[in-house]
Order: sequence, then C-alpha cells, then structure tokens
Amino acid sequence: MSCFNFLVTFAQSNNGVEMATGLRSSGKIYVVVIVLLIIFLGFIIYLFTIDRRIGKLEKKEKSIR
Amino acid sequence: MKSYWWKFLGAAIVFYTIIAGLLGEVPALPILHESIRNVYFHVPMWFAMLLMYLISVVYSIKYLGSGKPEDDFIAVESVNVGLIFCLFGLLSGMLWANITWGDPWPNDPKLNSSAIASLMYLAYVVLRNALDEEQKRGKISAIYNVFAFPIMIVLLFVLPRLTDSLHPGNGGNPGFSGYDMTGSMQWVFRPAALGWMLIGCWIMTLRYRIRKLEYHTDELGN
Repeated sequence: MSCFNFLVTFAQSNNGVEMATGLRSSGKIYVVVIVLLIIFLGFIIYLFTIDRRIGKLEKKEKSIR
Repeated sequence: MKSYWWKFLGAAIVFYTIIAGLLGEVPALPILHESIRNVYFHVPMWFAMLLMYLISVVYSIKYLGSGKPEDDFIAVESVNVGLIFCLFGLLSGMLWANITWGDPWPNDPKLNSSAIASLMYLAYVVLRNALDEEQKRGKISAIYNVFAFPIMIVLLFVLPRLTDSLHPGNGGNPGFSGYDMTGSMQWVFRPAALGWMLIGCWIMTLRYRIRKLEYHTDELGN
C-alpha cells in the first residue's frame, strides 16, 4: 500500500506539463524496478523448475530401488 | 521435504526488498548518496554466506558423530553455495568501494580478512577433491571445517574491529545504525538478509539432492 501511495505522490508532485505518469515518472526509476523484478522472478521460476525436475528424479530413483 | 512454502517466502521477501529498497526513503548522506541502498543487496550476500558456513560446520560436526554420507553432502554443498554468495559479496563490495572509497580494494582490514576467509573455504573444496577415499575425505574435511569456521568468524568480525576500518561498525566507526538503520531502512534490510538466507538454503538443498541422487545411482551401478 505504501508503495502505491509513493507512486501517487510522485505523479502529483510534477507540475507544469503533466505527461509523466506511471512508468515515465520520477526519472523512470520504476522501469528499473520492474526490470529487476522480472529478472528476479524469472530466476525464481527457473529454480522452481529445477526443484521439480530433481523431485521427479528422486521419485524415479525410489521406484527403482 | 516437498514443502515449498519457505522457498516462496524467501522469494517473496526478496521481491519486496527490490521494490522497497529502490523506492523507499533513505537518509541523504555525503559521499554515499543513493548508493546507501547497496546495504539492502551487498550486506545480505554476506549474511547468506555466514548462514551457509554455519550450516556446513553444524553438519560437519554431525558427520563426525554419525558417519552418514548425507551429513557430509550437506556440509560440502553449503560451502559451495556460501562461496557463490561470498563471490557476489566481494564483487558488489568492490564496485561500491570503487565509487565511495575511491579504490576497488583499499587495504581495509575487513576486505583483507574476508579475502583470507574466502581462500580458506576454497582450500576446503580443494582438500576434498584431493582425497579419493570417501570416509577419509569426509572425516578430514569435516575436521578442517570445524577449525575453519571459528577462524572465519574471528577474521570477519573480531580482527577488523580491533583496527581502523572503512566499514561501518568497525574500528571505532559507527555502524549504519548510527545514521538511519534504526528507522525505515531496517524494515528493508532485515527482511532482505532473511530472504537471501532462505534462497541460499533453497539452492543448497537443490545441490544436496542432486549429490544424493548421484551417490545413490553410483551405488546402483556398482
């Protein structure tokens, strides 16, 4: 919630020609934040798929033994 | 074993710290400027490394008692993951130091002792690879690990405090708590440390499970 408030106050503080909204506001730092989040999320999903694959192998190994 | 909740908790926490770490309020300090936000990302690397080495030494001691190869596997893989976090900590620290202290490697006691500690744990990996026989390798490396851990703690947390250091909280320098870490920054920094620790544990368990599988398939082959 506080993050959203932060976004709103930044969008409002920019007087004059008001075009800076959403991702274009505040020096475009939000773009960087979202890029980092995408990379991080991808990394986590990747870890998760590896986790699942190992789980499958473990099941297979158990059935063989 | 199949419970994923703590893995996603760690991921969610780090997710939050990326948002709050980049957008949250930080004190305006000379020299540091916005780079103070590195505290949220550089320091947790070292925290995660510490936890990995701690897990490693606990399982090394367990292995000496039990002799179970599984305990040995956890000990090795913890060190392997700890070394990765150590590498990230060193690289991110060197970049930060270059900008704020004017040199990627100022001869700061904390830097030098962290380099020695890293080499010590690299030696652990080399030592393991040099020994072929499984039980001997397990025992010798476990004993080495038990000695390495307290030396690492002394190198990283005791010796730098006895001399002058550029790092906050060392050699008479005030810690970050002296500036702002009491307030809003703590609400990002502490979760960040916890989140990266959990992710470190996750990667460690993945590596451990692979190693165990390899071990069992080797057994089946013989």
